[in-house]
Order: sequence, then structure tokens, then C-alpha cells
Amino acid sequence: MANAPSKSRGITREGGYLLEVVKGMGVTFSHLWKNIRTPENRRTVAYPEIRNPFPPRFRSVHRLTRHADGSPRCTACMCCATGCPAGCIHIVAAEYPDRPIEKYPGRFDIDMLKCVECGLCVESCPCDAIRMDTGMVPMPAFTREDFIYTKERLLSHEPQVAPNGYRPRRGDL
Amino acid sequence: MSLLLALFLAAAGFVFWQGFGADVGFGWMLLSAAIPWFFVLNMIPPMIWMERKGSAYIQDRVGPERAFIPGLGLRVAGLVHNLADVVKLATKEELLPKHVNRTFYVLAPMLSMTVALLVGAVVPFCHEVHFADGFVFRAQALDLNVGLLWFLSMSSIGVYSVALAGWSSNNKYGQLGGLRASASMISYETVLGLSVATAFLVYGSTSLNDMVQGQFGTFLGAIPRWGICTMPVGFVLYMIAALAETNRSPFDLAEAESELVAGFHTEYGAFKFALFFMAEYVAIVVQALIVSTIFLGGWQPLPWDLLHHDWLVEPEHAALVLRWMLGGTAVLAGAFGCWCLRWHRTNRLRWKDSRKNEGVVLAMLLGFAPALAALAALLLWGGPSSADGGAVVAAVVEFSALAGKTLFLCWVFIWVRWTVPRFRYDQLMHLGWKLLIPLGLVNLIGTAVLVKTGVL
Repeated sequence: MANAPSKSRGITREGGYLLEVVKGMGVTFSHLWKNIRTPENRRTVAYPEIRNPFPPRFRSVHRLTRHADGSPRCTACMCCATGCPAGCIHIVAAEYPDRPIEKYPGRFDIDMLKCVECGLCVESCPCDAIRMDTGMVPMPAFTREDFIYTKERLLSHEPQVAPNGYRPRRGDL
Repeated sequence: MSLLLALFLAAAGFVFWQGFGADVGFGWMLLSAAIPWFFVLNMIPPMIWMERKGSAYIQDRVGPERAFIPGLGLRVAGLVHNLADVVKLATKEELLPKHVNRTFYVLAPMLSMTVALLVGAVVPFCHEVHFADGFVFRAQALDLNVGLLWFLSMSSIGVYSVALAGWSSNNKYGQLGGLRASASMISYETVLGLSVATAFLVYGSTSLNDMVQGQFGTFLGAIPRWGICTMPVGFVLYMIAALAETNRSPFDLAEAESELVAGFHTEYGAFKFALFFMAEYVAIVVQALIVSTIFLGGWQPLPWDLLHHDWLVEPEHAALVLRWMLGGTAVLAGAFGCWCLRWHRTNRLRWKDSRKNEGVVLAMLLGFAPALAALAALLLWGGPSSADGGAVVAAVVEFSALAGKTLFLCWVFIWVRWTVPRFRYDQLMHLGWKLLIPLGLVNLIGTAVLVKTGVL
């Protein structure tokens, strides 16, 4: 019972309650002043415009890499499709008539509704033809077809780049 | 119900009319009556802005910053969110729930807003403006000799709106919120009355004009006679009671969202909610006005009779002050424009729409244009030469002084809200009845002794 809160004296016992309120107001004002003076130290990121970069090993949406001449590095060896636990990669091989590396993917579709983003396709690829370093997350879409990322789309993805130059500065509201 | 409202408005109009001598023109009367409304209603957006942005900065957040005026790209640090709010609340469906008592349900928000707007009528916004032709303009809607009693009685009608809203909602949360609000308002009105009674003793009057006049000069040698110096305890008591009267944190049990959803306005939406919301801020602004008038010298610009009214009204002094004001405006607005342009360098990187131009638009609209206007006025116009001009400049200075004090007090209300946690209901009652009321009584007796012995 000795430690039981005394409700009748809860406020009066803390004789300096008003003083504590004033001290608390000092604390809140110091935060206010700090955030006016140095808004760059705020934790909040202005999200759609500024994105914190994903860490380098983050598995984001896939991309197909290219040779120096722009042709896909993929040789349609089916390693990724075979290794894929979700069975979301569909490759239809095609053939170059005149090149040392004859095979290339005629179609290379990834069904993002099935993909579990495990990264086994990247690990199994012998040609470094598929990577998950775009820094993008799968976008929502209205139809199932829109979730099937085609070869052209995967080839068009770029690796993650540094965010644009905006950084909040002193006095930025 | 509309009959009730019409009667109410007619009564209010009659009282307004009686507040003036018969010789005052109708237009001037309208202007006098409009000044408190104009001031108080225009304070709502800044108040909401201060609340949002201030709370955000206190809590290390960013706060509203996105809404903008299309084309201009003006965000003004989140001030444009108020416009968006108005559009949203005004275009929302006016829902009338089936289970409510319709008459009182609709009446309550109207009552709260009406009362909140009427309360400020007794505040003098500046010294009487004496024109050369003998005409006297008062920037005060009601020059009552019982001014403060009008304020007390009107603000206690505000209890009805809260209680009515809670009861007519036919909702447990609303009912409890209304009960709590009326209980706390009634309890703290006693404290309010006790601290105001000390003001009656010190100033020997209940008219707010007399109170401001009574704060000229010094006592005990060098201490200004401002209310905060003559009755510091009364000031603290009044501030605490004012927080409770306006149902602001830490006494906002009426809308304790963790217990009561939204309290008395749980069932309200659209513009009826907006009326409650605005009435809350109007009540704060009015309380701040009254505190400034009773305790912070009212429209007196500075303590120790600096910039005294008699000094200000003389045309050459008024011209001097005006020149300083114009020069200050030019310098400050110009500096703000330069700051905006510098800020523009980072801000433009962030946006892809018109908001990327905000720095330039702000610099032009709020920086260089006013700076140039003030500079032109300073160079081309020598300032007022007649006595009328002096009186008007004095009125402007005094109005600005009162506005500044009010703005600061409003900020204190917000500041307290984001500092102090909410009281428990029993703590609220104990604080009010067992600590503040005895303190108020002791303060009253002490002040009476001081007044009687001639110290004050």
C-alpha cells in the first residue's frame, strides 16, 4: 500500500507541477527550434520525390543485362526457369543464324504474381544475364497480364541509381 | 428553430445598436462590429496552421507541406492545406443521422459558433480614434461598462452548445463528452471568475476600456502596471482556467479520443463539424484577446508607457513611427524575398509540377512586391500631416500590438497542448476545486489587501 498512488494528492503533492510544465515547454520548444534550424536532421523522407536507396543486396525487380552491342546476355539455357521455385519464368528460345552464341530468348516472361523474389534465378544464371538490382518494387496493376513482365520490359530496366539532388537544408519548410 | 435564431440575432443586434451613441453612422457601426469578427475569423487559418506545423516540429515531424495552388505552385509551408480543408468540408455531404434530436443537433454547432463570435465584441482593439471633426471611432463592437461580465456570460453560454451537441447526438460517447466538457467548464469558470475579480479590484472597473487605461504608468517605482505584474498569480490562474474553458489540452477530456472517440462531436460531420472546429479556435483567440487586454496591457504597444497613445497621435511622431514601420517592412520583406530565392535552389529539385517555382512566386508575392510598395510609400509619401493621420497611425500601431500579443498567447495555447499530457477526470476536478479555487481566493484577498494599502 505504501506505493499505491494517492489520487487525491496526485497533483498537489507535486507542488512544483507548474514548474514541471514550464520545463516541459522548454523541452518541446527546443525540439521545435532544432527542427526549424536544422530540418536536414529530420528523419522523415519526402517519399515520392525522394527515396532512400535500397541496400545494395536488396532483391528488387529483375532486369535482363545486355552485351556491349545491346543484345541480351541471356542464352536461353533455362537454368533460371529450372531453378525457380515458383515456376514463374517462361522462356522460349530462339536462334541467331550467324553468331557464335546461337541461342537467345525469343520470349522471356516473368509472372510477377507468382514470383517470390527469392533470387535463385540470379544465382543460377551462368551468364550474369539476370539481376535483381533495379531498386524497384513490383508495381500494382489492374490486369493479370500487366503483371507478366516481358523480355522487352525486363531489358529496359536500369540498375538503381542515386536519388536526385534534393536534400532538405536549413530553413526548408 | 429559425425563429429562435432570428430572435437571438435580433437581440444581439439590439445590444450592438445600444452599444453606440445614436449619432454614429450605420456604416461606421458596421465597421466597428466587423472588426472583432474580421480579426477573430482571420485568425482561424493561422491558428490551424500553427497547430499542425507547430505540433509537427515539436514532435520531430514535417507536418503538412504538399497541398498547393495549381499554377502558382504556392504551398506557403502548409498554409494552403487550410484552403483544401475548406473545399473538402464544404463539399462534403451534410449528413443528418436518423437517431439524433434534429433541432438541437443542428442548433448546437450554430450556437457554438455564434457565441464564440459574440464573445469578442467587448474587446477594444485600439484607443478611440478621435477625428479632427469631433467624430470618435471605436474599434470595439460593444463599449459596455460591464464588458468583462458580457464576456463571462457569453462564454458560459458556450457550455450549452457542447452539452446540447453531446445530448442531441444520442450517442454514449457524445453524451459523456458533453457531460465532461460542461463539468470542466463550470468548475473552471469559478477559477476564471476569481482571477477576473482581482482584475476588478485592481482596475476598479469591469469595462475593458478602463482596464486598458488602468495599465498605464508604473507602481512601486519602476514596475509597469500591466496586469501580469500587478497580479501574476491571477494571470497564471486565468491561463489555466482559460485552457479548461476552451476545452484545450491538458483539459480536453471532452474529446479524449482514446476513451470517447471524438467526444461531443462524434456524430458530426461536414460543415457542422467544421463549425465546432472553428468555434474552438475562435474561443482560443478570444481568450487570448481577453488575456492580452486584462493582463498584457491590451493595445498598449510597450510597457513603461513607451509609445504611449498621447505620444503616438501627434502627427510628427506618427509620421516617424510610420516611416520606421514602412522601412522595417521594406527590409524584412526584401530579406524574406532573398531568402525565398535562396531556398528556391533546393526546393526546385524536389518537385516536377508547378511547386518547383514556389520559391520565385513567394519571393515576388510576399517578398519583393511588398518591399517595393513599402519603399515607394516611404520615398514618395512624406507620411500623415494632419491630426487625423496621426490618430489613424496610432490606431494601426495599437491594433498591431494587440494582434501580436494575441498571436503569441494563441501560440502558448498550442504549445501547452503539445507539451502536457491530458489530465485524468478526477485529477481535473481535484486541481480545479482543491487547488486552484483556494489559490484564487487567497489571491483575491491578498490583492484586496494590496489595493487597500495602496501598493497597487
